Amino acid sequence: MTAHDHEGRLGIVVSGSLTKGVEVRLDGAVSVEDIAVGRYVTIEGEKRRFFGMITDVALDAVDPRLMIAPPDVSDPLIAEVLTGTSTFGRLHVLPVLTIGDDAMSLLEGPQPVKTVPAHFSTVREASEQDVERVFGQVEEKQFYIGTPLDMETRVRLDPGELVKRSSGIFGKSGTGKTFLARLVLIGVIQEGVAVNLVFDMHSEYGWAGTSEDGREVKALKQLFQSKVAVFTLDEENARRRKVSTDFTVEIGYDEIEPEDIAMLRETIGLTDAAVQATYRLARRFGERKWLESFLAMDSRDELNDLAQSLGEHEATLAALRRRLEMLRRLRFLVPHASENAIQRILETLDRDIHVVLEFGRYGDDIASYILVSNLLTRRIHERYRERMERAMGEEVAKPRPLVITIEEAHKFLSPDISGQTIFGTIAREMRKYNVTLMVIDQRPSGIDDEVMSQLGTKITCLLDDERDIDSVLSGVSGKSELKSVLAKLDSKQQALIFGHAVPMPVVVRTREYGSPESYREFGFREALERKKKAEEEEDDLWG
Amino acid sequence: MRSRLVARDAKAWTGGAFLSLKIGEVIEASTGQFMAQCYELHQPAPFGSLVTTREGEVDIYGVVSAAVTSSLEPGRRPIARGAEEVDEGAVYQSSPQLAKLLRTDFDAVVVGHRRDDRLHHYLPPRPARIHAFVYVCDAEEVAAFTQSLDFLSILVNVQWQADELIAALLRQAAAAHQDPRRFLVGAGKELALLLAGETNRLNTILRRLRE
Repeated sequence: MTAHDHEGRLGIVVSGSLTKGVEVRLDGAVSVEDIAVGRYVTIEGEKRRFFGMITDVALDAVDPRLMIAPPDVSDPLIAEVLTGTSTFGRLHVLPVLTIGDDAMSLLEGPQPVKTVPAHFSTVREASEQDVERVFGQVEEKQFYIGTPLDMETRVRLDPGELVKRSSGIFGKSGTGKTFLARLVLIGVIQEGVAVNLVFDMHSEYGWAGTSEDGREVKALKQLFQSKVAVFTLDEENARRRKVSTDFTVEIGYDEIEPEDIAMLRETIGLTDAAVQATYRLARRFGERKWLESFLAMDSRDELNDLAQSLGEHEATLAALRRRLEMLRRLRFLVPHASENAIQRILETLDRDIHVVLEFGRYGDDIASYILVSNLLTRRIHERYRERMERAMGEEVAKPRPLVITIEEAHKFLSPDISGQTIFGTIAREMRKYNVTLMVIDQRPSGIDDEVMSQLGTKITCLLDDERDIDSVLSGVSGKSELKSVLAKLDSKQQALIFGHAVPMPVVVRTREYGSPESYREFGFREALERKKKAEEEEDDLWG
Repeated sequence: MRSRLVARDAKAWTGGAFLSLKIGEVIEASTGQFMAQCYELHQPAPFGSLVTTREGEVDIYGVVSAAVTSSLEPGRRPIARGAEEVDEGAVYQSSPQLAKLLRTDFDAVVVGHRRDDRLHHYLPPRPARIHAFVYVCDAEEVAAFTQSLDFLSILVNVQWQADELIAALLRQAAAAHQDPRRFLVGAGKELALLLAGETNRLNTILRRLRE
């Protein structure tokens, strides 16, 4: 941090409003080039101190003629005289919290702002202590997500608050969404506030993932071992990657309901008539038999007869049959699964073990991803709902909070289908049934506004499409201010976090991940260390 | 000729006295300015220099804003006399009465005063008295007076050649300060605020401050 005169004094408040933020005139001694949006400042009002974030930096001049006929600034004297007097820098600061110094306010902690600082209040760079007071001290075993820009103070992201509502991680591709998601999942596991079910599209969360520079980094299973189970749809792929998996998921045709096919409408291009036909087929052959029976019909005549008896158009059935043919190529789909995957996942989750479902080679096939995640989530959500309702009526323990992580969320939550998919339902009903979502997406504008507004915590890396930015910031106070911050994030290792899990919007440099030290911070011990620790404990025990 | 270097009382201010050059006498005075006649022909205090005169217990400070040498009698204009002379000095030597027929006067804009050993950078309660002596301030006094730049607001409103006057004063005052550049930057910033809407004037002055 640059040292300025008078302990980080930046300037004075000259105008502003509560809704739009305050304007700060920079002191002559402070260069605008030392300022960065996203940094924190404190404003010393008459009665209280305000804590805010710099959201814009501007150049200004007393006299507009100065811009038209610039003075001879090659003369250092003239340049020095004009800086900070005739020409000056201006900051736009969004005050977010007030911090008092008396005992009462120390106890209550920072409060949301309800007014603005008085005219000419002094503005300073926030000190490490200020930031610590706002974000709270991070205890040894607590999870933190990173540090504010140019500071060392750790910013705590409260996993407990995070899982209470659905949350979202956004950013264009290559900005570190996966990386952040992995960190957040680690936080949830580390503090044990919920169990995770991760639909791991590209097999990056289970055993190992890759960092942005291509290095292999440890993922959840390696870090938390017995607390995490890796399920896979593609055992062959897992074997090739030399990853040991706990369970290979197979789904029987008899488990696929017409609703599950309806979800694929967009992806595999089904007409409304075709979707309707699946329901008729289910009525004709029975819920558990329809798909297998339908797929077994190979001859044209058979299909024609069926169409006639169902009162369907022949072409509709033929098209549906062609489209559903793709299901046959999916190896994890079998006529009848030997073991019920849903049951297995639920049992695992009940034992407080987090489940990562790897898609292996099917990760690139968006239809498989949608089919499987919808199918499983629907069933799991149903069970959760039953149990939650029972828990409300009787004295039965509530099921543990469950966080379901999905990628490419706009495929599930687009405005046309979010009303029908289970994910839309979960996002809307919030935490009633102890199930929340963590959506990861690069195209937030593709997600239904109603769903976006229900996300409690949003973590967003760099976005540059105007519509994406708008959609992420919808319903946030100080939206236009945060917009400039969001558009100016670095493309690596920086994220803007706002919502329930943090006391105020914060731009963080995400914590380091991938080195042995970073793993150790999560409580991970190498085998040798573990042995040593065990020996020490033994010594302690016997004195 | 008797030396006109005079020790003026400065009491607690410097612990001693200012050694000032007595240069002339007030011949016309108002609250905002005064005119003095020089004892020596062609020897007015330099343009922009700080001069002082006394009114009772008050030292009045002025900045020399103009000087003029003219005939003693208003209607009688001097005539050219040097056609036969080798150099200009010879003109005065061959007509010694000339020095008695001409006079040098200068104007000073009042910029502040000292009372009970305290400096005030605003107008004194009363104007200077006629025949009060006028002294040129020495470097120490200039430095002391220009510690505060509040008087600049008076100078920016002077009617005639205000910008030239300010620049001349600041150049001289800077030389009296230990860190001339810092003084000039400070004064420049003060002017930038005073002349906020008058960028051209500000530029004119700043360009005249260059060494």
